[in-house]
Amino acid sequence: MDDVRLTGSSLAVAENAASEVFVVELAEFSGPLDLLLSLIRDEQIDIYDIPIARIAEQFLARISTLKLDEAADYLEMAARLVRIKAQMLLPRREGEDVWEDPRAELVRRLLEYQQVREVVDVLERRSEERRGKFARAYSQQAIQLPVAGPLRISLPELLSAVDRVLRLARKPHVHDVIPRALDVDGAIGIVRALLAIRARAQWKDVLPRNAEPWEVLSVLLALLELAKRGELRLMQPRAFAAFEITRDSSSEAA
Amino acid sequence: MATHADDGETTLESALEELRNHYDTDGHGVELIEVAGGWQILTRPEYTEAIERAQLAARPQRLSAAALETLAIIAYRQPIGRAEIEEIRGVGAGAILKSLHERGLIDVTGRGEGLGRPLLYGTTSSFLEQFALRHLEELPRADELAIALRAPRQATPTSVPATKDNGEAPPRAD
Repeated sequence: MDDVRLTGSSLAVAENAASEVFVVELAEFSGPLDLLLSLIRDEQIDIYDIPIARIAEQFLARISTLKLDEAADYLEMAARLVRIKAQMLLPRREGEDVWEDPRAELVRRLLEYQQVREVVDVLERRSEERRGKFARAYSQQAIQLPVAGPLRISLPELLSAVDRVLRLARKPHVHDVIPRALDVDGAIGIVRALLAIRARAQWKDVLPRNAEPWEVLSVLLALLELAKRGELRLMQPRAFAAFEITRDSSSEAA
Repeated sequence: MATHADDGETTLESALEELRNHYDTDGHGVELIEVAGGWQILTRPEYTEAIERAQLAARPQRLSAAALETLAIIAYRQPIGRAEIEEIRGVGAGAILKSLHERGLIDVTGRGEGLGRPLLYGTTSSFLEQFALRHLEELPRADELAIALRAPRQATPTSVPATKDNGEAPPRAD
């Protein structure tokens, strides 16, 4: 059979095989060798004289519907088959006494795999027999939660029990947070007034005596705002030390 | 066990024999089985269904074909590394090896000499137990396997005569 005829007939074979593919689930094969053996068996092929072209086409057709990640292992075998097919088509050199059949390695692997399958049959039979026998061992008891029966106490009893529980519980400390408005503008006014008289001041100078938290915050924000506007400069000589406020006349534009 | 018994191995054997007969003849629901280099008292298969229905035990899950193939390869070729297993099967073996290891059927028995010092695997006594084997030699020998006994119909592939047309002549028309 020459190359051109091979392609023509193998296309027809591939098309027929492809239509069968949708019926056969490839998941039932444990790998490419399994699939190959199955093809060989179905086509009643002599494993010692495999028609590589036909088998390669059938194999490719079978795996054509697989998703790429499933097909990975099968693709490797497909590539091998195609390679062997190409090698078979190479003309043989004159004077070569023994021709090395490129199918030899594949046949060896298939035979080896067949042996593995036979062992698997033996193992399956033995394990099936053994599965039904049980040895003395710790069998985990499924924990059976007792089914709750109907309530045997009266409603008043239940309520007084709840009452006792609540009384024993510590009273939650409830604190209402009252929002207090800050007066940043007012504080700005105070700071400006002070800086009009003195060029330098201390933090304590701008704070009213016994200042409440909102007053402290107002002054702090005022200082920061004025510093941002360039009306004063703030300095803190050491960590946690008091602010030193310096009037900044440079930005006192009109 | 025999060495610890005062009277030695003969007493142990006869004791086991007695026990086995007792279970067999007096209609007990258990039997004495020799397995994995020891003995086990196991329930008889006729009671499997009853035991399962009573939820006293459940049959373990069957292993997949791929898992069994991997196990078979390891059983015969141990110690064997992952790469060799993958070459024989033609598919990746990582996930199955992990699963078999978790089930206690295989164990790491050493490291290979080559590049990377790969892990080598072997079967465990649990494997023997689960497949009712007394020892590994109970597995079929290579010459007992049908495929090994089959003679090739023609000359072996490596000595095909030069006159054949590339060996592509199909035995049947396609």
